[in-house]
Amino acid sequence: MTRRNFGATLAVLLSACFAGAAFAGTGQPSPWQMNMQTPVTEMAEFLGTLHNSVNIVIGLISAFVLLLLVIVVLRFNEKANPVPSKTTHHTGLEIAWTLIPALILVAIAIPSFRLLTMQVQLPKADITVKAVAHQWYWSYEYPEDQGGGFVFDSYMLPPEDAVKANQPALLAVDNELVLPAGKTIVVQVVGADVIHNFAIPSFGVRMDAVPGRLNQTWFKTDKEGMYYGQCSRLCGANHAYMPIAVRIVSADKYAAWLTEAKKKFASNDAQPIALAANE
Amino acid sequence: MAHAATSHDTHHGDPTGWKRWVMSTNHKDIGTMYLIFAIIAGLVGGFLSIAMRLELQEPGLQYFTNPQTYNVFVTGHGLIMVFFVVMPAVIGGFGNWFVPLMIGAPDMAFPRMNNISFWLLPAAFALLGISLFVEGAPGSNGFGGGWTVYPPLATMGHPGPALDFGILSLHLAGASSILGAINFITTILNMRAPGMTMHKMPLFAWALLVTAFLLLLSLPVLAGAITMLLTDRNFGTAFFDPANGGDPILYQHLFWFFGHPEVYIMILPGFGIVSHIISTFSKKPIFGYLGMAYAMVAIGAVGFIVWAHHMYTAGLALNTQRYFMFATMVIAVPTGVKIFSWIATMWGGSIRFTAAMQWAIGFIFLFTVGGVTGVVLANAGIDRNLHNTYYVVAHFHYVLSLGAVFSIFAGFYYWFPKMSGRIIPESIGILHFWVAFIGANVLFFPMHFTGLSGMPRHYVDYPEAFAGWNRISSYGSYIFAAGLLIFFYGILRAYMSPVRAANNPWGEGATTLEWTLSSPPPHHQFDTLPRFSGSGH
Repeated sequence: MTRRNFGATLAVLLSACFAGAAFAGTGQPSPWQMNMQTPVTEMAEFLGTLHNSVNIVIGLISAFVLLLLVIVVLRFNEKANPVPSKTTHHTGLEIAWTLIPALILVAIAIPSFRLLTMQVQLPKADITVKAVAHQWYWSYEYPEDQGGGFVFDSYMLPPEDAVKANQPALLAVDNELVLPAGKTIVVQVVGADVIHNFAIPSFGVRMDAVPGRLNQTWFKTDKEGMYYGQCSRLCGANHAYMPIAVRIVSADKYAAWLTEAKKKFASNDAQPIALAANE
Repeated sequence: MAHAATSHDTHHGDPTGWKRWVMSTNHKDIGTMYLIFAIIAGLVGGFLSIAMRLELQEPGLQYFTNPQTYNVFVTGHGLIMVFFVVMPAVIGGFGNWFVPLMIGAPDMAFPRMNNISFWLLPAAFALLGISLFVEGAPGSNGFGGGWTVYPPLATMGHPGPALDFGILSLHLAGASSILGAINFITTILNMRAPGMTMHKMPLFAWALLVTAFLLLLSLPVLAGAITMLLTDRNFGTAFFDPANGGDPILYQHLFWFFGHPEVYIMILPGFGIVSHIISTFSKKPIFGYLGMAYAMVAIGAVGFIVWAHHMYTAGLALNTQRYFMFATMVIAVPTGVKIFSWIATMWGGSIRFTAAMQWAIGFIFLFTVGGVTGVVLANAGIDRNLHNTYYVVAHFHYVLSLGAVFSIFAGFYYWFPKMSGRIIPESIGILHFWVAFIGANVLFFPMHFTGLSGMPRHYVDYPEAFAGWNRISSYGSYIFAAGLLIFFYGILRAYMSPVRAANNPWGEGATTLEWTLSSPPPHHQFDTLPRFSGSGH
């Protein structure tokens, strides 16, 4: 009766989890989405695959526990089983439910360690940019030795302007972080006032922007397009209003943009910067 | 000694009126005050969360025209639920009431210290209340930096005095808990009835013993961290200020060295409560008693060496992340032992589905769901896309709101007849369970989806794409809140009915010592210490 509904609900929810991948957004969330945003970097792809596998494992474990509970409820209720057994030990069983979960965890840990290493060990950068987080906007610095030498601020577009421009409200910004496809990009992330967080779900990238600490993260994607993220560390009143928008373009377009941006942002009295090569 | 105590009692009667409560040194009265305090604080914390769900029901700003006020509500909700609802309910409330009864002790070891432990809490709660109404961030009231109180948002981000009140509140609540922990450790180690060895002690007492050690070892670290914060804010020190050689990450390490054991502090007593309920209504002794007890010890011990899994995105070194990921996953093993031992206890039993039992079974399943998402989050690589998203909110509400809170309700329905001598109609407790079960799942399950699709926490407003699941979540919170009305109606019915509870309303399965006493127990119990002859497990 009631317990069967219980099972049915879970079955629906579980199947819904797996179906969710079908309408995941690329570069931004889509309505009623149930799984991660479509990955566009190798790292995010690995992350997504590992998550989906672990999700199946934990789904099965939850289903197994539920199944046991259902059996217990049906077979060992007062009516079905008036005389309780007195069993309180079973060494084999106890060893089994200690060892088997441990083995499952080891099986998860092996690929997981690989993913972690991939994320934290930076490859040699083709392009290094610096993302400085402020209350409540980002500023991006392009080093001079890579054809940049300018700094600009990136504010969220007012929602009505974003809608007018046919861009997603609360995600779209005035000045996007423009970067080329097919290159290894290292982003140096730092906070100017309080801690913020530089996150782009489609890239599998998330790094705290801590004042006084130069954190680094990286990504490389071949897919041109717009990718959005949002500040992911509570940073005060307008925490919800400092999105990150990355536009990935072809190498040619990137070169053209650099020239244009150098002129456009020249008036920003930024120091000419040369970021430390990252080796 | 028993003789002396008896003759002493005849000199004066039990205290009555306000003195009975305000000057109480009686573990049962103090336990009752803790429970009432937790219920009142729970209503305040619940009100804050309903306000948040109302705001999040639609994208855009509906009720919180100043987004900072929303942050203050989030912070208040977290601090209140942790320090003023769950901890007072499971440790101060049920712990005070039932640890002495279960181990056959006349009272707690330090009855007067017990009194001050309790009365520090209303003072702490008042300070936290005051902090909501004084300036925090420039131009708005209250502290809105989250329950973790990370600097620099907690220093330069909130120059007003709101957080100073908050820090003093946490100091008082912490002192209260440390005193309580000392009391429990002393009571459990020294005052067990003759014949009750540690390995025959009820699991709830084991749970409280481990919890008390966690409190004793972790809270001083929190006290240190927030004192450093206080001096950074007011006296020119720079522990956490990078401009003067400090490091904000140091605070995170200190906070989570407390913060991670804290989550076990909230759930371990629940493990104890659920164990007794499962055993009672299955009419079987607990399966694998020693494994159950030492699983809690293991969870407590390992709980101290996994803290930095809350900091995977802080920029920790690769090897540091590797270690914390591995250590964190280890915790799943003793937790699994507990889940399977509960099921094995029920296996072969003759189960009676009382309200308490249904809450306990609900707890087992929902805690499992919350536990396995913890395994997902333990993977630093996967956490890279989930850290600080609603997936984390879903995870910790499954283990705390659906775990700890369900265990509190289970314990309440189980022990209410013992505490009050009255009976809440079973049908009301069962109805409350199903409404809460449905409400809480509708509320928290969709948060897995919003989290996976990337919605960050602590957001007063969100992109249109997240609207669907957020609306469902909000509906769930209203269902859960409606369940509370049923809860209060049940208590009302119990006090309006002439029916009185028997000494042991639950029958042969209820074997712990509290069921040998009258309901409610006499003001002073065990004038002659019971001789415990319970079999080994």
